[in-house]
Amino acid sequence: MSATQTRSAEGAAAAGGEHRSRGPAGPDAGYNFGYLDENTKRMIRRALLKAVAIPGHQVPFGSREMPLPYGWGTGGIQVTAAVIGPDDTLKVIDQGADDTTNAVSIRRFFARVTGVETTERTAEATIIQTRHRIPETPLHEGQVLVYQVPMPEPLFRLEPSVTETRRMHALADYSLMHVKLYEDIVRHGHIATSYNYPVMVNGRYLMSPSPIPAFDNPKMHRMPALQLFGAGREKRIYAVPPWTEVRSLDFEDHPFEPVRADAACALCGSRESYLDEVVTDDRGGRMFVCSDTDYCHTRQARREAAE
Amino acid sequence: MSATLTAGFADPALDAQRCFRAVLEAMARPGRVQRIAAGPEAPPPLGPAAATVLLTLADADTPVWLDAGPQAAAWLRFHAGCPIVAAPGEAGFALACGAPPPLHDLAPGSEEEPQRSATLILQVAFLAEEGGWRLTGPGIEHEHRLRVDGAPPGFAADWAGNRALFPRGIDLILCAGDRLAALPRTTRLEIG
Amino acid sequence: MAYVAVKGGERAIEAAHAWLAEERRGDPMLPELTVPQIAQQLGLAVDRVMAEGACHDRGLAALAIKQARGDLIEAAFLLRAYRTTLPRFGASLPLDTGAMRIRRRISATYKDLPGGQVLGPTFDYTHRLLDFALAAEGEPPPPAPEAPAGDATMPRVTGILAREGLMASEAPGEAEPPDLTREPLACPADRPLRLQALARGDEGFLLALGYSTQRGYGNAHPFVGEIRLGEVAVEIEPPELGFPIEIGEITVTECQMVNQFAGSRTEPPQFTRGYGLVFGHGERKAMAMALVDRALRARELGEEATAPAQSEEFVLYHCDNVEATGFVEHLKLPHYVDFQSELEKIRQMRATALREAAE
Repeated sequence: MSATQTRSAEGAAAAGGEHRSRGPAGPDAGYNFGYLDENTKRMIRRALLKAVAIPGHQVPFGSREMPLPYGWGTGGIQVTAAVIGPDDTLKVIDQGADDTTNAVSIRRFFARVTGVETTERTAEATIIQTRHRIPETPLHEGQVLVYQVPMPEPLFRLEPSVTETRRMHALADYSLMHVKLYEDIVRHGHIATSYNYPVMVNGRYLMSPSPIPAFDNPKMHRMPALQLFGAGREKRIYAVPPWTEVRSLDFEDHPFEPVRADAACALCGSRESYLDEVVTDDRGGRMFVCSDTDYCHTRQARREAAE
Repeated sequence: MSATLTAGFADPALDAQRCFRAVLEAMARPGRVQRIAAGPEAPPPLGPAAATVLLTLADADTPVWLDAGPQAAAWLRFHAGCPIVAAPGEAGFALACGAPPPLHDLAPGSEEEPQRSATLILQVAFLAEEGGWRLTGPGIEHEHRLRVDGAPPGFAADWAGNRALFPRGIDLILCAGDRLAALPRTTRLEIG
Repeated sequence: MAYVAVKGGERAIEAAHAWLAEERRGDPMLPELTVPQIAQQLGLAVDRVMAEGACHDRGLAALAIKQARGDLIEAAFLLRAYRTTLPRFGASLPLDTGAMRIRRRISATYKDLPGGQVLGPTFDYTHRLLDFALAAEGEPPPPAPEAPAGDATMPRVTGILAREGLMASEAPGEAEPPDLTREPLACPADRPLRLQALARGDEGFLLALGYSTQRGYGNAHPFVGEIRLGEVAVEIEPPELGFPIEIGEITVTECQMVNQFAGSRTEPPQFTRGYGLVFGHGERKAMAMALVDRALRARELGEEATAPAQSEEFVLYHCDNVEATGFVEHLKLPHYVDFQSELEKIRQMRATALREAAE
């Protein structure tokens, strides 16, 4: 049996299968609840509270080595582990989908070390850990959205020195970024950034929204849910409290415009959701489908029920 | 000394998690009152909410200042293992059961590291979500009301001074019995 | 359903893990490697994994190498992830490498010195000819001849120079050294923090950086004052006892690199030190570390810092191979959401460009 042979069978099963499940047999007794030791959780919790109190400011924290590699969501995992409790229902997505391998792997990890209930339904989750997307279904109060962040520093391509960028944040000196965006417009007629598009939080801190498509940026603005960001390798935590102003940087004559493929989802017909482009053959054939699998499944189910 | 000490958390991992979620929720939605489930038995004047918050957040890495007397200090040192400091300005957490130190006596952090600021845990007589202060700012959709009985006189002016320091500043956790609410440094406060 | 086929899933992961286990074992007709065999016969790999995994345990390091199929960075990662779960009981007292039970000690700066040169178990003067006899299972080698145990103490070369006032003194700091595993790195970083980062750092990265300082990127004039390899005692001082107790012995390699320093207005010319210390027998790493340590002292010694090896942020933020491998390799995770937004953006920008060209 090979990994490649089982893929399509698994995908098909996931598409039509159960949406909720409980951890196999409660939390693994070999580990502390949530895997992290209590000292580490306390340190992360203190960082989270300061992050919430200073919206958009990156708080350094003593990120631990996790049993998953850096780059695989160790920051988000540590944040989730510090926040999650036995009453939570967890959803994990990668690229908008619950059944991508890394989302499956992280969900399994938490099922094992906390025994909490997991779900694929956005509306039913109390904690949603995500890589690269914000769900299409609007989030509500009482939910926490945990982002996995590879590079927390929005200025890093313009100024790689952490010492320098820390000074810029202290002075709220974001001219480098404004100049970069302006140069994009001069050169291309457009701002050339399409994902990880920088935002201003509460009018003070320039923040990386993590590599979500710019399409998702407007969802961050005055979101009723609490947004937490964890960067494990870079050892930074930051946050956006509920109902907080989050503005994508732009210019009056070149307003921010989120981009999506001009097509409808081939599965559910949505013209509002963010789409993945799927190449169907090598003669230019392609189709578009929702990146948010829960959103797409829910719409398909509703349509089937109506028929 | 430990023979006379009352107990700490019954289940350290889960009790701390529950309390942390309440504090996180409080800090994320300033003025919303949270309730602490059965807390540890702390020596007076330490109430259940204030005691639980300290056990949840303080440890050997966080110097604590408090005005709650030697019994409470011994209890806290034993259960949290935190160093107790004499000057409010050295504290990561300051616990005031009586008149709190002026906010500007606490560490506000620096422009580059505003997170290195103190959190004031202020024990008051009563907290409720109706009447009282009008709160606006991040975490609040329109306006939250918070009634605080037993806030120190002149607090609103002191808080306005604290807010003006942003991004530096003190964050506040108010505790009354088993209730708590929080004001991060971003919250605007008007006397209702 | 092409769309569904690109999705992974739980069973795919399980099948992949099963396949990995099969590959790890290799041909089942061959005897399985034991952990003690790895610990004994691949000792230098074990040493490297302990150093970069920042955890001194030969058995666990050997197990990690077996589990990682010989991928030493993967093995160091396994050891680090295990290390994080361990409770922290306390910190040891500084190792006294002056009191080392020495197996190897060489100096490139003096022909002879008290205690003498001890060549020890080294590849240095082997001819790199493949030894086909090793390909056949043979008898164990005859025991190496042993020199009569010397009673001479072995003072450090840097100490000899310091007595003459030729070696810049380094006052021991009173402050508790920071702990890189508990506090995130922040620059400017003090030397204890830099040395911690370098000691855990990737051997290949430090080797290349150290090499660059020899080729003019950093203006180094290094001499190996001394390399010593051997066993040192690890002591802790429990607060309830108030005196040190020995909890064991570990093997370390220490390198003291002697460098020129032109002096300044306030200080006469003297030698300065670059320092390297690693778990186990790791001379290449200890030497490279000493070169990079000296290069990173540029600021403190008032030298111009222009080379990569002298840039604290550049070196310290990139020397950790567990961090580096994670971030480089994470590029293989799905990025199709971001790629899609790039596709749309490029199509949009091309359309604008073509329209403008047509006008």
